[in-house]
Amino acid sequence: MGLMITGEHNETDNETVLPGPTVNSDPKTTPSQLVTALQHEHGDWITEVVEAHREVTAIVPAQFIAEACAALKSHADGKFDFLADLCGADRGVEEEPRFEVNYHLFSTTKHHRLRLKVLLDEGNAHVPTVTGVWRTANWHERETFDLFGIIFDGHPDLRRILLPDDWQGHALRKDFPLRGYEPYSLK
Amino acid sequence: MASAVNIPPQFEIVDRPLDTQMTISMGPQHPSTHGVLRLELVLDGEMVVKATPDIGYLHTGMEKLFEYKKYQQGIVITDRMDYLNPLGNNLAYVMAVEKLLELEIPERAQTIRVLMCELQRIASHLVWLATHALDIGAMTVFFYCFREREKILNLIEAASGGRLTPSYFRIGGLMMDLPSGFERRVQQFQDGFLKSVEQFHTLLTGNRIFQKRTQEVGVISAEDAIDWGLSGPCLRGSGIDLDVRRANPYSGYEQYDFDVPTETDCDVWARYLVRMREMKESHKIVAQALGKLKPGPVKADAPKVVLPDREAMKTHMDALIHHFLIVAEGFDVPPGEVYHPIEASKGELGVYVKSDGGPKPSRVHFRGPSFVNLSALPHMSEGAMVADIVAIIGSLDIVLGEIDR
Repeated sequence: MGLMITGEHNETDNETVLPGPTVNSDPKTTPSQLVTALQHEHGDWITEVVEAHREVTAIVPAQFIAEACAALKSHADGKFDFLADLCGADRGVEEEPRFEVNYHLFSTTKHHRLRLKVLLDEGNAHVPTVTGVWRTANWHERETFDLFGIIFDGHPDLRRILLPDDWQGHALRKDFPLRGYEPYSLK
Repeated sequence: MASAVNIPPQFEIVDRPLDTQMTISMGPQHPSTHGVLRLELVLDGEMVVKATPDIGYLHTGMEKLFEYKKYQQGIVITDRMDYLNPLGNNLAYVMAVEKLLELEIPERAQTIRVLMCELQRIASHLVWLATHALDIGAMTVFFYCFREREKILNLIEAASGGRLTPSYFRIGGLMMDLPSGFERRVQQFQDGFLKSVEQFHTLLTGNRIFQKRTQEVGVISAEDAIDWGLSGPCLRGSGIDLDVRRANPYSGYEQYDFDVPTETDCDVWARYLVRMREMKESHKIVAQALGKLKPGPVKADAPKVVLPDREAMKTHMDALIHHFLIVAEGFDVPPGEVYHPIEASKGELGVYVKSDGGPKPSRVHFRGPSFVNLSALPHMSEGAMVADIVAIIGSLDIVLGEIDR
């Protein structure tokens, strides 16, 4: 079942000694089936479903991410009420789309996990905010904006969070140097 | 006479009405902010109208640094994030990489990982208890907690050689096996610890000042706690029975018998009680792990990833070659991405690792529980008194090294 889900832990499932969460025995609640069902329902919400390392990744076009998150949060079989993590990644300066934003969803009742991924071009690094779905997204999105320069449209307070307000550039982009020779000074 | 001196407008003395709100800066050098956290407090008298955390004073670009280091070199960076729970950070990171490599970890290594992580959890909770009580004004607790923590640090030092930055776990197992006599030393600690917890209770739990300072302070409801992404004792203090060790077991936690303490008061007091009970649960897990320790290998059978034994290196040509290659060039990790969550002492610690192939990761991200828990501080501190802020920060158990990374 190559999935990263686990529900109530099942002692019978002993053949998987791989590190990481054990596999759920209940097929009804697997995130991959849920995502596939959602894909049938809203064909344009999910462009691709990838399963690897017992984790499910659904690739969502940027403009639908807030709707997809809200739907998954209230979904009867999904109940993804907990945004565990949100982080950006730079796939490389010459890659197109260059940036990705990963949403790690978790359900506090079903105990399964799902990753949503948004791919963004460098020229149009805009994605709708999910702070309306989970308030915890606020700081995660600020951090991603700070370090990657990805703009979260509709975010209530999109300021830098780790670096100073007048910092130039976005530190986790691949073309930002690890070390520089110009001393940082306040303007 | 008045016209002789020109007073600049900003120094003009103005009569302000008494109900004016005042903005003050608490930190970054304030001792009860546990590091270098700055809070911008808008006050109305003693009442907090708005609290805005300002973080980043300790930002050292650790996530950037990962991208320039080989996978095995990243372990030492993780120690320096949540420096009160370094073994937990080690575990989350190495398990994420092991997931990418699909490595199988020997039973003994997994048991030792659980044993050490639970000792570390107790040590982390002891620092929380010591500083939380100190912030509220009970100084004695500090000395008793640090006395116990010292014993755990000695144990960690005996196993790994380091006290604060052990880097004991390696991708594929452990740095080395436990030293001889280690089980006996753990048992010595175990024998005295429950009595110490009772001592902490007599110092604080029945103390009416402590109760008044913590009860109905920093309240966050269960729905809000989930919405704000709280995890660990902060979430369980709001009545949610959620523990990653139970929800998504790892390292064989499904084989251990322990309770997940929850409290329903949703306040600082509830989070205090949860952590106090968690120390006893960790004590229970340590006892079970001691019983489960069987002789066996502590490193996975993966010669291209795991450093060979010293003796094998001196006698076997291939072991020497592997040793050289791992140290000089590192090992390639197949392309892919994983998110591995563990239950650290402060909540869900998730590590996202993305590999493009090659010996260095393309992206490493740490979902630090302190970072997320702190983001709920403005919500919790609305309408609180200034002195309550100190209690709330203490109850969140934040470590700025992890928040700022």
